[in-house]
Amino acid sequence: MSLFQLEIQLVAAVVAVACALPGTFLVLRQMAMMSDAISHAILPGIVVGFFLTGNLSSPILILGGAATGLLTVVLVEWMRKTELVREDAAIGLVFSALFAAGVILIARYAGDVHLDTDAVLLGELAFAPFDRLQIAGYDLGPQSLYSTGLVGLLCAAFIILFYKELKLATFDSALCATLGFLPGLLHYALMGLVSMTAVAAFDAVGSILVVALMVGPPISAYLLTNRLDRMILYSILLAVTAAVSGYWVAHLFDASIAGCMVAIVGVQFGILLCIAPNQGLLAAWRRRKRQRWQFAIKMLVIHLLQHEGTPEAERECRVDHLQDHLAWEKPFAENVVSRASTKRLLNPVGESLELTPAGRELAREAIVHR
Amino acid sequence: MEQFLGDYTFRTVALGTAILGAISGALGAFAVLRRQSLLGDAVSHAALPGIGLAFIITGSKAPLILMVGAGLAGWLATVVVLVITTTTRIKFDGALGFVLSVFFGIGLVLLTFIQKFPDAGQAGLDSFLFGQAAALVEQDVITIAVLGGLALAVLVLFWKEFKLLSFDPEFANSLVLPVRRLDLGLTTLLVVAIVIGLQTVGVVLMSAMIIAPAAAARQWTDNLGIMVLISMVIGALSGVGGALLSTSMSNLPTGPTIVLCASGVVLVSVIIAPRRGLVWEQIRRTLQARRLRSEAILLDLFELARKHDSYEHPHMEAALKVMHPNASTLRRQLRSLHSKGLISVHSTGGWALTEEGMNTCKGLLDKRVR
Repeated sequence: MSLFQLEIQLVAAVVAVACALPGTFLVLRQMAMMSDAISHAILPGIVVGFFLTGNLSSPILILGGAATGLLTVVLVEWMRKTELVREDAAIGLVFSALFAAGVILIARYAGDVHLDTDAVLLGELAFAPFDRLQIAGYDLGPQSLYSTGLVGLLCAAFIILFYKELKLATFDSALCATLGFLPGLLHYALMGLVSMTAVAAFDAVGSILVVALMVGPPISAYLLTNRLDRMILYSILLAVTAAVSGYWVAHLFDASIAGCMVAIVGVQFGILLCIAPNQGLLAAWRRRKRQRWQFAIKMLVIHLLQHEGTPEAERECRVDHLQDHLAWEKPFAENVVSRASTKRLLNPVGESLELTPAGRELAREAIVHR
Repeated sequence: MEQFLGDYTFRTVALGTAILGAISGALGAFAVLRRQSLLGDAVSHAALPGIGLAFIITGSKAPLILMVGAGLAGWLATVVVLVITTTTRIKFDGALGFVLSVFFGIGLVLLTFIQKFPDAGQAGLDSFLFGQAAALVEQDVITIAVLGGLALAVLVLFWKEFKLLSFDPEFANSLVLPVRRLDLGLTTLLVVAIVIGLQTVGVVLMSAMIIAPAAAARQWTDNLGIMVLISMVIGALSGVGGALLSTSMSNLPTGPTIVLCASGVVLVSVIIAPRRGLVWEQIRRTLQARRLRSEAILLDLFELARKHDSYEHPHMEAALKVMHPNASTLRRQLRSLHSKGLISVHSTGGWALTEEGMNTCKGLLDKRVR
């Protein structure tokens, strides 16, 4: 592995982590689509900044893009407040208009320079190591590593400093406001961070794939845990894994690096959706199956308890009667009986069934709890 | 204008954009009303891998084949969103953002993969990103018209059901209508509307064609049928307008121009639409404030009259000024009340209620007590 490859992977990983940090809060605050809106809408800001500076990784671009991102948030908020357009439609309207303006600006005025529409959509991760930061003749590494790293550190610092405020504003905005923590201000600060991250990442992965890096790892992590700190940690791990393995997949198939990173993000989610311990489809299926037997066993012991010691007990407490009374198929009824007896809830005495004290206890409990 | 209309190429392009504008306008109305504006965004982005796969499998660039691929991928995206939101606790926005960006990323990987084909037949596929209306030929327009016509026919056929589904799905369910199948049907029609626009407007901006005409039309009416018609007209006009503008100026891409035209219509509608628009709202507020102020002055005079033996006793403007120090327009209000015959002016310069003014006051107080 050459230094060149290592640098690309490093930039990819830093971009992915920088996106995952604010992305976690976007997902939890149900504003994932704002990342889509902002990442599209920063385009005119970047284009104008590019005309002014002539350099795609200048810090002015990050500020210009962040300003357009905040403008999007303000415009969406304004449209929503007029109550003439619903929030989802407002988001769609604002970002597509801004993005269209950006594409027109590029087509009309930047047709023959380095900024073209392909770069807008795909980014140029493979070229990241060519643009180097040099101070006093010393080569300090790729410039994009510093711009994305700086934004990533800013996100991390913001989250660490305002961790409890963010947590409160995310899960109980009303309480946050009552305690005087200004959830509105936090909202705009977070949106500012999202915009800055989107601009910094734009250079590397393009405008739409930023959304995948902001939303993908956090929703995968959301499948794994109920704790905010763990969710952030898992998001970071998933993001780094996706960045590194995405690079190698791209290397293998000679395809777009950013595209492959996003494909891996998709695969990660797909796998976790199936096998996540509590939330996954497999876990849910097993839970449903277990509950089905548990429920059947409870039905059986309640049935036996009801008829225990009554004149009909002889007729009611038999395996073959369950088919009529509980409408169970014969194999199912036999299965339930054998499961209940291995749990020592009942004793089969010939054809008839007799509850054990534990079975009686379970039945009483089930009736009370119903 | 004359020269454009005579031009065969322009006529074809304008006809194509008009038809697709009208169709996306009609189906967009339903999407916007059902709060599915951003689903259109997801479907249009998600169509990209379908286009790539269709080309890889068939090796053909026939619009119909690519549209079928795009449609299937878009439709699959809505299914995945549905699966994620129903089986996990991930919310609609997170699922949308994830599906949109990951599908799009995979689409980009496929496109870069196709780029490496020896016969490089990918030139036509690139245009799906931002659209290429200028490349529309008669065959494309016929395809658009037939598919769109079918979608509109289905919409008209199930008009009543779709209307009920959009406004009161619970009621539709209680009428034993197949709500889920209708929902699926309407979403499928939306996918069709998006797919036929992809070639012209592009996957990135097609969602604006779904949202913008409908959001604009919503401002002008409260009637679904009229809204759909207005939305179709706005969509068609934006299409023709965008095509016209981009033909008359160099380096102006058609798709983004159409989107900006439609966004402009939204902005104008939000501002000037009768009854709902911002101007209308402002006028209503001003009139309301003016009416409340003059009522307050009338009641002040009534209050003063009660303290004197006769309501004809004149009161100086200064006294009224004391009672309402903030009323800067006191003189104008008094004159307007005078011209309505509710108050009279005395030779001393004082004001007093007339008989009619007295009755108005009593009526007002009566209304407030109630």
